[in-house]
Amino acid sequence: MVRFLLRRLALTIVLLLGVTVMVFLISHLVPSNPVAANLSQTALADPEIVAAYEAKWGLDKPLSEQYFIYITNIFKGDFGTSIRTGRPILQDLKQYFPATLELSLLAMLIAIVFGISFGIISAVWQNKPIDQLLRAISVSGVSLPSFWFALLIMSVFSGTLKWFPSGGRINPRLFNPTGGTGLYLLDALSWGDWGMLSDSLAHLILPALVLGFFTMGLITRQTRSNLLETMSMDYIRTARAKGMRESRVVCAHALNNALIPVITVSGMGFCNLLGGMVFVEKIFSWPGIGQYAYLSAITLDFPAICGVSLLIAATYVVINLLIDILYGIIDPRIRYQ
Amino acid sequence: MNAIKQLLKQKNFMFTLGLIICVAWILVALFASLLSPYDPVKDQNLAIRFKPPSSAHYFGTDSLGRDVFSRVLYGSRISLAAGLVTVLISFFVGLLFGGIAGYVGGIVDDFMMRFSEMVQSFPPLILAMVIAAALGPNITNSIIAMAIIWWPNYARLTRSIVISVKENDYITASRVLGATHLRILYKEILPNSLGSLIVMCTLDLGNAILMFSGLSFLGLGVQPPVAEWGAMVSDGVLTFNYWWISTFPGLAIFSVAMGANFIGDGLRDYLDPRMRRQI
Repeated sequence: MVRFLLRRLALTIVLLLGVTVMVFLISHLVPSNPVAANLSQTALADPEIVAAYEAKWGLDKPLSEQYFIYITNIFKGDFGTSIRTGRPILQDLKQYFPATLELSLLAMLIAIVFGISFGIISAVWQNKPIDQLLRAISVSGVSLPSFWFALLIMSVFSGTLKWFPSGGRINPRLFNPTGGTGLYLLDALSWGDWGMLSDSLAHLILPALVLGFFTMGLITRQTRSNLLETMSMDYIRTARAKGMRESRVVCAHALNNALIPVITVSGMGFCNLLGGMVFVEKIFSWPGIGQYAYLSAITLDFPAICGVSLLIAATYVVINLLIDILYGIIDPRIRYQ
Repeated sequence: MNAIKQLLKQKNFMFTLGLIICVAWILVALFASLLSPYDPVKDQNLAIRFKPPSSAHYFGTDSLGRDVFSRVLYGSRISLAAGLVTVLISFFVGLLFGGIAGYVGGIVDDFMMRFSEMVQSFPPLILAMVIAAALGPNITNSIIAMAIIWWPNYARLTRSIVISVKENDYITASRVLGATHLRILYKEILPNSLGSLIVMCTLDLGNAILMFSGLSFLGLGVQPPVAEWGAMVSDGVLTFNYWWISTFPGLAIFSVAMGANFIGDGLRDYLDPRMRRQI
């Protein structure tokens, strides 16, 4: 297990280095003057500041050396300063990440709960009308343009019906949560603030639903096909022959074997989620990493782009690691060598 | 072609539906100028802006009084072409890259695969946004941006197929007969890899169209006043009450992506019979 984890750690570092190389390459292929882009007008007029900046990032040295300096700064925890916001990248990420984490966790919860239940229903009532309906929903989940779906849901549920607020994380006139974890649901629970809990949940539900829809489709399809395959196995026939109730056959015997590949798909789905985040956060004005990535990309704010990409790549890695560990718990036959 | 005939004969409902949707859209794209009642860009009339769907304007009019129906029809040209070109570029680049890596092997293979992993380690949408923003937002650049993030998938698939095929006896036989490496790659290995690559292409076509419209939606693709579905949906963001402005182009994207997915699923089931029964 320790060797397995060490190997994964080494792979992670290589992967994250890959991200930094990509950002570094792109930022140097784009014709722009990093000094002019990074410093303000007044700072540019002062040759001392310009010289200090060039020395810090080694801009007068060859490209390979510049990359080395850049990497060393990152290892020291200095991701540089965002050109757009003028603040340290790390501070920006700390501010926006909890919002995205909260949203994606709830979206994932929705996707898993509904995906697995729909998959089971579909498999048990195979080729019945309910199966056809659920399959149509799961296929459409994969083909829906998320930005359009988000807009549609928002205009119906918060525009026309006015059931939910139309964007943001919380009503800023009523609540101003500072401190805590930044995950408003968790904070509200720990502070016992029920008003804040319901308000943040009302803001959260629509974007989470939109975001989780795609992954829900993936999970439904995977659960259905795995369960059907497992149900044709001999040990299921044995269980039925013993006179066991059908619900127990499905839940106790078939399901835990059918769920193993579902975990893989859930991991993939989570990674997809982070891509859809850009659109969903933009439409629901959710102050998270997706919006930050979008704004950094269109302003070519390379230090910020690098920071955001490293954060997302690291999240992928952590998720995949958790999934691999989960395999071992669910299926005792898998051992890590 | 054989696969398509077989699938139609099997009465695979999803596949047939997907094929009908896609053929219909291709016809619309080809004959957009005949089918549209108005010009998608020039027919502006501020006197009739924000009119709901009626018999004069089937899908209503937008903020400049342009006919949404005509713009949706014309939009199919850009979306279909962009999706197709992206997939084709990625396909050919990946085929070449993966073919060489798999066939040559050794250090070359290692180096090439690490390079493709490096591209893949980057969150795809962010990379596409950065490249499109850096090159300047227009159709060509967003296609380039998408191809850059897409080709590694094809390279990896091609490489894995080439590696599994190249140790076969018939490859050795052909080498003994004096065939050159190029001939072996083209005549023996390529036909074996084409099936799974084509399935990947059809499944990707829907995704490419979705991503292209997404980039346009974010303002990083097609620029106004050109009629493009993603950009049209983003027009509707600010004009919340006029639902028809964004609903119809969105439905168009949805239907094309769904059609492509149905075709891809059908082809995959055909090529992988183990899956046929279940999905």
